[in-house]
Amino acid sequence: MYKKSECLFESRFPALEYVLEEVVNENKKIIALTADISSRIVPRFVVNHPDRFFNFGIAEQNMFGAAAGFASAGLIPFAMTLSVFVTMRACEQIRTDIAYTNSNVKIIATGGGLAYGKLGSTHMGIEDISLMRSIPNMTIIVPADSVETTHAIREAVRFNGPVFIRFGQKENPIVHVNGLQKEFVIGKAIKLRSGNDISFIATGVMVSKAIEACNELKKLGIYASVYSFHTIKPLDKEAVLDAADSKYGLITLEDNNVNGGLGGAVAEVLGSEKPRPVKRIGIPDLYPVIGSPEELYKEYNMDVSAIVRTSMEMTKQDIG
Amino acid sequence: MKREELIHDLEEKAYLMRRETIRMIVESGSGHPGPCLSAADILTVLYFHVLRIDPERPYWEERDRFVLSKGHAAPILYTILAHRGYFPKEALSTLRQINSILQGHPDMTKTPGIDMTSGSLGHGFSASVGMALGGKLDKKRFRVFVMLGDGECQEGLVWESAMSAAHYKLNNLIGIVDYNKLEYDGEISKIMEIAPLVDKWQSFGWHTRRINGHNMAEILDALNEAIVIRERPTMIIADTIKGKGVSFMENDYKWHSIVDLKLMKEGLKGLGG
Ligand SMILES: Cc1ncc(C[n+]2csc(CCOP(=O)(O)OP(=O)(O)O)c2C)c(N)n1
Repeated sequence: MYKKSECLFESRFPALEYVLEEVVNENKKIIALTADISSRIVPRFVVNHPDRFFNFGIAEQNMFGAAAGFASAGLIPFAMTLSVFVTMRACEQIRTDIAYTNSNVKIIATGGGLAYGKLGSTHMGIEDISLMRSIPNMTIIVPADSVETTHAIREAVRFNGPVFIRFGQKENPIVHVNGLQKEFVIGKAIKLRSGNDISFIATGVMVSKAIEACNELKKLGIYASVYSFHTIKPLDKEAVLDAADSKYGLITLEDNNVNGGLGGAVAEVLGSEKPRPVKRIGIPDLYPVIGSPEELYKEYNMDVSAIVRTSMEMTKQDIG
Repeated sequence: MKREELIHDLEEKAYLMRRETIRMIVESGSGHPGPCLSAADILTVLYFHVLRIDPERPYWEERDRFVLSKGHAAPILYTILAHRGYFPKEALSTLRQINSILQGHPDMTKTPGIDMTSGSLGHGFSASVGMALGGKLDKKRFRVFVMLGDGECQEGLVWESAMSAAHYKLNNLIGIVDYNKLEYDGEISKIMEIAPLVDKWQSFGWHTRRINGHNMAEILDALNEAIVIRERPTMIIADTIKGKGVSFMENDYKWHSIVDLKLMKEGLKGLGG
């Protein structure tokens, strides 16, 4: 569909910037706002579109409050900075000025999850998905790779209302190596692998890990389905219920606090509609030690081998 | 110690602190060199001469407090704390490593000598107001020193804190703005102007003094004056150079973070490391 912009960037920031430049050329209502962090996220955009770009300095609350104002004036602001400062510093602006008013603001949050693991908890967006999930009117998208990123941005432009798009690390393996096989629809999960034993419901960086784990498990005779839940809110209930048909149960995977995020959302659906065993893989409810993201994924049992282990336990196979 | 000797001694210490800080960031492969170097002289004067502290007793109730509100300059503070004996110098080479006590931003629950966790700009300054107020309430004699970035002054929170400190006449609170004119994306005056900084602090009810933040004598004099000011908090606006001491980093906003690790190693050699 958008093959041109479906660029296979290893890193998602260039993809984000690329597609942002595309949409801004098509739609002059689009503007970009940042809070002293643009040289990391959209350096080229700043140079190429100086008239459509506003740097608010280190003043996130003002940026998001102003974003609501821009939207009321008919513009479509993409407001971006680090996820912690988006979802916590400016939380009330997002909830009251943007979501409550159902304003057409697109929120770009970078460094979500354990991406800034070395910097310390002040910089870790480890509860951002949970926070945003509790806000009515908010649509939450967590792209798995640069392909989903380009689609997510385009769909966010078409969608009228607040959208929170969350990124983790800059570098990220590509999940959709051949592009998207199906249309990207906000609120519709993408099924990437089919298997009857167990279902992986994953989002963001964890999708590629789920696929790797799926490949490992196949060698052990365990067959897993893998879904990319790029949209966490509204949740694709149908896909959850479909995933629940697996023999042994479901595993949710997210780079976010295990409480209140994707795992929570899935458990809520299953609890009321189709009780099934669910294991939630994610960041435990604590302030993590410091380390590189990969070190921390290992530390908190979120890496591929931990996913395999958890799956074996779930299917009650000997770990051997 | 005679004043000239003291100044000379502080200059030598600051040089050493710069070198060890750069070494530690090079070893870790990530960190914020420019912001550390611009703060190096002021922090050296504070920790080696002004603060009433006892590294043997990091939680001594009567100690002076220091809050690095521009928490991303943590490595220079770690270097100084290690050299003052708060923890072994060997720990410096674990910066940002898994399970280290030294993370990218100061954490009071992990590192002895850190009085306040910081890193989200603006927060440390608020906490320093509470510390100073708390000290007054308990009739304690400790003083609270806090360093802010100039870009940090763009945060609305900074001015809420400024207002409250003046309202409560916190003469035991002494702030320093590391006025290096640069933030992450470039020049402050082009991104979001904060000048006239001195006038702003004065109009918020603060005693102010503008100094050269790399001149030991001026730093010493300004701090000594601030300590005896009554009825008002003091903000020292220190003109500094981001990256000071490593020629290719000076005044280049890109060196907020590591631009080129190899080049940085060269810089370390230039510092005699
Ligand atoms: C609330 C908040 N927003 C954004 C950041 C990201 N950030 C870290 S340092 C920095 C620039 C700081 O500039 P300045 O205060 O001038 O300090 P300098 O490094 O120049 O000494 C930014 C934007 C942050 N740490 N906290």
